[in-house]
Amino acid sequence: MDKILVSPNPHLHSKTTTKVLMRDVVIAMLPAVAVSVVFYGWKELLVLAVSVLSCVLIEYLITRFCLRKASTTGDWSAVVTGVLLALNLPPTTPWWVVFIGALVAIGVAKMTFGGLGQNVFNPALVGRVFLLISFPTYMTHWEIPQGLFGVDAISGATPLGAIKEGLMQPGATVQGIMADHGYSYSQMLFANIGGSAGEACAVAILLGFIYLLVRKVIKPWTTLSILGTVALVSCVFWLADPSRFTDPLFNLLTGGLLLGACFMATDYVTSPMTVKGGVIYGVGIGFITLMIRYFGSYPEGVSFAILIMNSTVPLLNNWFHQKKYGRA
Amino acid sequence: MARRTFSIGGVHPADSKISRDCKLEYLPLPPTVYIALSQHIGAPAKPVVAVGDKVKAGQVIAEPGAFMSAYIHSSVSGTVKSIGPRKDLSGNNQMVVEIAVEGDEWVEEVDRDDNLVTEIPQDPKAIIEKIKLGGVVGLGGATFPTHVKLSPPPGKKCEMLIINGCECEPYLTSDFRTLLEKGEQVVVGTALIKKALGVDKATIAIEDNKPEAIENITRVVAALRSKSPEYSGIEVMSLMKKYPEGGEKQLIDAVMHRQVKSGGLPIDVGAVVDNVCTALAVYEAVQKNKPLVDNSVTVTGECFPKQANLIVRVGTPLRFIIDYLGGVPEDAAKIVSGGPMMGKAIANLDAASMKGTGGLLFLTREQTKRMPESGCIRCGKCADACPMGLEPFLLNRLAKAGDTDALEANAVQDCIMCGCCLYSCPAGIPLLDVISQARGQVMGIMRARAAAAKAAAEAKPKTE
Repeated sequence: MDKILVSPNPHLHSKTTTKVLMRDVVIAMLPAVAVSVVFYGWKELLVLAVSVLSCVLIEYLITRFCLRKASTTGDWSAVVTGVLLALNLPPTTPWWVVFIGALVAIGVAKMTFGGLGQNVFNPALVGRVFLLISFPTYMTHWEIPQGLFGVDAISGATPLGAIKEGLMQPGATVQGIMADHGYSYSQMLFANIGGSAGEACAVAILLGFIYLLVRKVIKPWTTLSILGTVALVSCVFWLADPSRFTDPLFNLLTGGLLLGACFMATDYVTSPMTVKGGVIYGVGIGFITLMIRYFGSYPEGVSFAILIMNSTVPLLNNWFHQKKYGRA
Repeated sequence: MARRTFSIGGVHPADSKISRDCKLEYLPLPPTVYIALSQHIGAPAKPVVAVGDKVKAGQVIAEPGAFMSAYIHSSVSGTVKSIGPRKDLSGNNQMVVEIAVEGDEWVEEVDRDDNLVTEIPQDPKAIIEKIKLGGVVGLGGATFPTHVKLSPPPGKKCEMLIINGCECEPYLTSDFRTLLEKGEQVVVGTALIKKALGVDKATIAIEDNKPEAIENITRVVAALRSKSPEYSGIEVMSLMKKYPEGGEKQLIDAVMHRQVKSGGLPIDVGAVVDNVCTALAVYEAVQKNKPLVDNSVTVTGECFPKQANLIVRVGTPLRFIIDYLGGVPEDAAKIVSGGPMMGKAIANLDAASMKGTGGLLFLTREQTKRMPESGCIRCGKCADACPMGLEPFLLNRLAKAGDTDALEANAVQDCIMCGCCLYSCPAGIPLLDVISQARGQVMGIMRARAAAAKAAAEAKPKTE
């Protein structure tokens, strides 16, 4: 020992780094990824591959050649965005549409704000919503899953879409539409009934959510607040008029709610720092989602709800602070 | 039952108590000791010996320089060689008394016999006086003069004495060994402090990663209680292992479910907290007339071949301690005085040990490497970790902006420098480095404001 290091305390550091956290999020999404590939086959594999590779590549190119800085792709956050974006698209999305989504997600929503930690809106969701508005035909082309590498895909509507469309007919009731399509809750829980790739199986998403909790990557409160709000508010509407409003369980299990509540609303960068803020953020997401589902022109509103609430995060961080020791 | 602990924040670094099985052993006397005149919070002590004087171990060599100060005794017998500045472990000059060691002769009053004295003197003032004369200071880290702590200001009443046996810093085991090997003395010391404060209840708090210590102290308390009523009211409490449980404010929260107000003192909520080694020092000072001239030091680290818990005379050069155990290992990159979370990195190995020296920790470059800093991902882990409930990410931002008003409003002055924020930041942002600087600045502003307000208040009556 010829040199002696001197620096202020602490002299140890936790092993949990940004990279470890982001990799954990990717691992948590693997069950949902696996299920989507099993259900939708090679088409979904292509969407996943294009999405992840483009996200990483675009971030690399922007950091190296536009910003002329060291590449930040090593922190795995671009991979997280890539997987999330893919899980939020229909498996039939053409590769070039996926690429445009990745370009908007990373290039616009993430890097123009200054990269990881600086963005106001969830990149994957910005990418998805951009595609939804720009390419509505591709983005609302749903297929009923035909099993691993099946060829005979049947086009169909998502349960939320079917209800929205059905209720426009005079005299239609929620129960009638549900019965016509033969939707069952066990089907919603374990196997898909049409929708974005990642929405295929609720159990797979919950598995990932539990992994994130066990690894202490996230806290459960925001997610629970979203799900609780959706259950509670839809219960009120449903009890008031079950023929026009879908029931709580239907609302919890269909569409992108679980995917959004578990993996997107919990994104560190775009969600509040405190538990109190997170709960209010969750209430907002749950409420807006339901309002769009019940009264909006889109059948599904989770993406919009999260993006709208993203914009309130700086305010929530200003209003709600940690409980301090020895202070009222 | 839920394990009891403090309510806000905290982190769980690896225990790394690799020296836990090393019995306390006496370090041989060094050829020379360098006894600092400022080994406590408050004014430095004033030397009462001159160069050339012969001194004995336990003899007073410096007297308190003010109310907030402490006696300092010679830890060895020998000749005073010099009194002057010498570099401390950070490399700053400190006044020290240099004594060349000759034999090991003690002043007569000191009872060096090992027999346990369990009778508790009845006069609290006499106990406090003996503690003062023994130069006892808090050995938990802050080195606050114990006799000052035991004389609460009028109007403040102590409701519970807490003896801190948490030793929540990783690696350190000297408190643990003391609880195991000198449990009787610690409990008698607890009873003495209890008597001095005139309080009925005392709690010896130990983290549950030290079951042997909890068992031993429980046994000792039961045995002493059956002998004398002086030992009733002493309880042992097991706390969940979590850093920084041994922080005074956190410990009060864990044990009493009370929180000290910002800027307040533990006595405001009826608590007095003393470390187990302080209780031992009180025992020795009161029952054995032995002043605080030695203390236990854990010498440890994965890269250090020989772990040890040594009883070291105050003023022993650090290099002497290390050489006794085989010298500085080749792959050690940093040597820390104290634990890895709050200890100080040593810049000068020729510095000497002090009353508050609790550990020497050797860390390799790999172990103590700071991560390259990357962007904040707003994960909030620093805020979850902060035991004071502060928001380090926010304080860091405000400090960089130089916004001292906002820093004060967000309680930067409450920071206890525990290091949990920097420890837990996944982006490797040097939060505490930035915050501690801002904290110093804000505290300076607050002091200046208080002084100005006081001056204004004093000036007022004259104009009226």
